[in-house]
Amino acid sequence: MSALATASLAQRELVRFLRQRSRVTGALATPLVFWLALGAGLGRSFRPIGAPDGTSALAFLFPGTVLLMVLFTAIFATISLIEDRQSGFLQSVRVAPIPSWSLVLGNVLGGTTLAVGQGALLLLLAPLTGVHLGWGSALTTLAMLALVAFALGALGFAIAWRVDSTAGYHAVMNLLLMPMWMLSGALFPQQGAAGWMQVLMTFNPMTYALAAVRRCMASGAPAATLDGMPPLGMAVMVTALAALLAILAAMHAVGRTTRRQAI
Amino acid sequence: MNGDAAIVAAGLAHTYGDVQALRGVDFQVRRGTLVALLGPNGGGKTTLLRILTTLEPPQQGSASVLGLDVARDRAAVRRRIGVVFQSPALDLRLSVQENLRHHGHLYGMRGRALGSRITAELERFELVARRDARVATLSGGMRRRVELAKALLTEPEVLLLDEPTVGLDPLARQDLWRELGHVRDRGATVLLTTHLLDEVEACDRVAILDQGRIVVEGEPAALCAAVGGDIVRFEARDPERLAALLASSCGVTPVVHGGEVRLEGVATEIARRVLLEFPEEVRSVTWARPTLADVFAHATGRSVVDAELLPEAVRT
Repeated sequence: MSALATASLAQRELVRFLRQRSRVTGALATPLVFWLALGAGLGRSFRPIGAPDGTSALAFLFPGTVLLMVLFTAIFATISLIEDRQSGFLQSVRVAPIPSWSLVLGNVLGGTTLAVGQGALLLLLAPLTGVHLGWGSALTTLAMLALVAFALGALGFAIAWRVDSTAGYHAVMNLLLMPMWMLSGALFPQQGAAGWMQVLMTFNPMTYALAAVRRCMASGAPAATLDGMPPLGMAVMVTALAALLAILAAMHAVGRTTRRQAI
Repeated sequence: MNGDAAIVAAGLAHTYGDVQALRGVDFQVRRGTLVALLGPNGGGKTTLLRILTTLEPPQQGSASVLGLDVARDRAAVRRRIGVVFQSPALDLRLSVQENLRHHGHLYGMRGRALGSRITAELERFELVARRDARVATLSGGMRRRVELAKALLTEPEVLLLDEPTVGLDPLARQDLWRELGHVRDRGATVLLTTHLLDEVEACDRVAILDQGRIVVEGEPAALCAAVGGDIVRFEARDPERLAALLASSCGVTPVVHGGEVRLEGVATEIARRVLLEFPEEVRSVTWARPTLADVFAHATGRSVVDAELLPEAVRT
């Protein structure tokens, strides 16, 4: 019964998302515009350390663009939580005979599915950057994106549960999640950064998420890999650990307000 | 009536910070009855309902629904109640049918059984033609019907509603009351909160919740009769002066609130004397049988105007 409830909650996220054209466009087009503007703009003046010769800015920025899109999609899905609380919808879910983890998983898995779907769309553009993904690397990339989306969705859930307005949530996103993305190695390689920045990047879990995505995409594109990036095994493990911590934080948040007062 | 009670609250006390929302509520609802919790906003109605719907465990005292403790047997209580909240709990982006299906899934219903339950509720609330319409496109009254259909989809034994008639036009409110009557007639127990006096007369019983306490509880007609006799209100030029005159010449102690002097019980005879002996003091006289407004004033010492407990016609 809980699985049915979880699936239904996840499906609702999908339907809601797809029925809001502005959200679909925003989550898909924003990273694309970012990528094209920055990639084409930097052009030949950008030469990342540690990348093979002839790596274009577009190719370098592509994995980060995919990650950004996953970030936007997973995060936007958790915004619906705040909307649901404001509209009163959440109350009727809270009095349903389902465990609170079902509510968490439904929301996070809904966001994950969306993110992977959008990620797949974006991967279709990979050949434009000179990156030719084989089926194998496309599938491992998508699996990795699913893990990253799950972690980000859970983190977003834990934050959204405590924030009472979408404006407040956007502020958190701009102050926390965007800097995490910027310091993940999506925009510049870690080795070229200032010493203190390198330290920050080492402690940024998104650095590992990005490394894993780059490495998964690598088989088709040597340009996507860099020397000095965390190895795949480590990157996947750190990301999985982050996902675990985030989902625990989300469940903790819901459990606490079940006992105290919420909504 | 304990064995026959669908809802029992015993010694419920609840505080939010400095605000004491409930101060020892003892209250029972018999199975198969339609009961209103009447009281001003901030009187504790919503808190009591949140406890009964298991959203919050009691801080002090206990509450049970269908013999199940709301804190210990939360899941079992949830399976057997239907809840309609004050703020609309529908997803506006989903269709009527999708909302109901989602709700059914949360209660473990699925497949053809769920489909036929949905159809039954849609038919009952005359929503079949709008089943595929997005809820956002429906009127307020229609949304309330969808909400009621949703709450009844799982065939709850106890239906709890928080201010279900707020924001409805008079026709939609009548429909809602008729439907709640039907739900009760089919054997379910219905408890709702309202701050609208004029609608609770259709209930089997009414409990008045004021400042965190149940101040009076009973059948509406019996409560009115208990206030006793008739009620006369004088609109006076100088209310204090008229009250003093009444006290000295008739030996009664009227209640003065607003510009109004109010007499209960022996009122009719005294009203005649006032009109004969000092007509110049009085602008108008109203004679009435006691209503629930008088029950409220009698039990709390405050007028319904002070408590903002007005008929909707006056409020809007």
